Amino acid sequence: MKILVIGGGMGGTILANNLVRRMRKEIKAGRSSITLLSASDQHMYQPGLLYVAVGKMQPSEMYRDQASLLDPLIRFEVDPVVTFELDDSYVTTKSGSRYNYDVVVIATGSRTDAESIPGLSEHAVQFYTETDAVEMYKRLEKFEGGKVVVAVGVPHKCPMAPLEITFMLIDYFKQRGIWDKVDLHYTYPIGRVHSLEPVAKWAAPEFDRLGVHYETFFNMKEVTKHCIISEEGSEQPFDLLVTIPAHKGMQVIEDNSLGVSGFIATDRQRLNMEGRDNVFVLGDTTNIPISKAGSTAHFEAEVLAENIAAMAESGIAPRRYDGKVFCFIETGEGKASYAMFDYQNPPDPKAPTAGIHWFKTAYNKMYWASARGLL
Amino acid sequence: MSDRIVVDAKNTYCPGPLMELIAGMKQAAVGDELEVLATDKGSANDIPEWIKKVGHQVLDSFDENGVWHVIVRKEK
Repeated sequence: MKILVIGGGMGGTILANNLVRRMRKEIKAGRSSITLLSASDQHMYQPGLLYVAVGKMQPSEMYRDQASLLDPLIRFEVDPVVTFELDDSYVTTKSGSRYNYDVVVIATGSRTDAESIPGLSEHAVQFYTETDAVEMYKRLEKFEGGKVVVAVGVPHKCPMAPLEITFMLIDYFKQRGIWDKVDLHYTYPIGRVHSLEPVAKWAAPEFDRLGVHYETFFNMKEVTKHCIISEEGSEQPFDLLVTIPAHKGMQVIEDNSLGVSGFIATDRQRLNMEGRDNVFVLGDTTNIPISKAGSTAHFEAEVLAENIAAMAESGIAPRRYDGKVFCFIETGEGKASYAMFDYQNPPDPKAPTAGIHWFKTAYNKMYWASARGLL
Repeated sequence: MSDRIVVDAKNTYCPGPLMELIAGMKQAAVGDELEVLATDKGSANDIPEWIKKVGHQVLDSFDENGVWHVIVRKEK
């Protein structure tokens, strides 16, 4: 079986390594092959961006050579896909090459879409690329006090990011000794401060305790130099605007008409592209209505690896993805919590502890073992 | 008007039905109808509240076999 994995992020990398573990004999015997195509020779640990934005991690700590994370039996090429020829089971790439496949997995990820809100890119800071995260930290270092507004777009990658950046900003301002000069105003698109109700019920009183103002039903409409206006008619002046912008899928998905906003219609249990038996979709690239988080891609990759390996061996795919998601929640003051849920079981987040914070800190390093398929 | 757009948010907790609707609204054209499917009964209250604030319209809302159907129209 010729397997093609497109995308070298968390999902694509874990999937490819997991497949080798399951199919090593077949690959060595030349009966199967795994090729991974990526747009970059570097692999970024994306959750690190949050820490870079507040000066708690250096950008270089977020990267490893992609090749160093992959089993040597995986053919790895830095050659972004340009066209998907799904009816004929091949893709073409920027270099002009053609890659045929029996099974393809699309894991191209997502990107920010700040440009969809007039004025947002010009007047807000964000942290979803290395450049943006470093710029945000520089802006924070120059900030001496005033009103900070946090504004959130829909959909966005990492559902905990709005809360985490807010709590981490409080820590940052306290450490600099200027918290008493900051008016922090948190906004959120729906009628509570987080999409997960138990998390919202915990976070709102925390905001009250810490002196954070918050406003719900706030969806960005436009931004001027010192004011953000919501779809709901609210106006919030600011001295510093921090945004978690809306996200969309990658351009190549839109260019090939594979999905609205770059998100591919995907079966929520089988993870195949709707209407296609040999095209699978992973992580942020799906349109499944669950969290766009690294853990989602990780758990989906494990299911897909088992299914694809089984398809190669017996033609059946026994596993179904159950919607499992696990999210750490950095809550500031040296503590963290987590939320875990799936399609059937709602989250039941625990009280934040220092232990969970330190585990998260350790996971920031252990991630590389996870990407290699060792965790 | 195009066919009704179905936002299937059954059995999902995060980001949840209203967030999915907000994302769907961004892609819809004025006059489009969207039907949200949710097993979270809070959506039957949250969605109309947001729709009213923003100035869209709720056309119907009903429970069918434990699934809430909320049908809305994008007005602007």
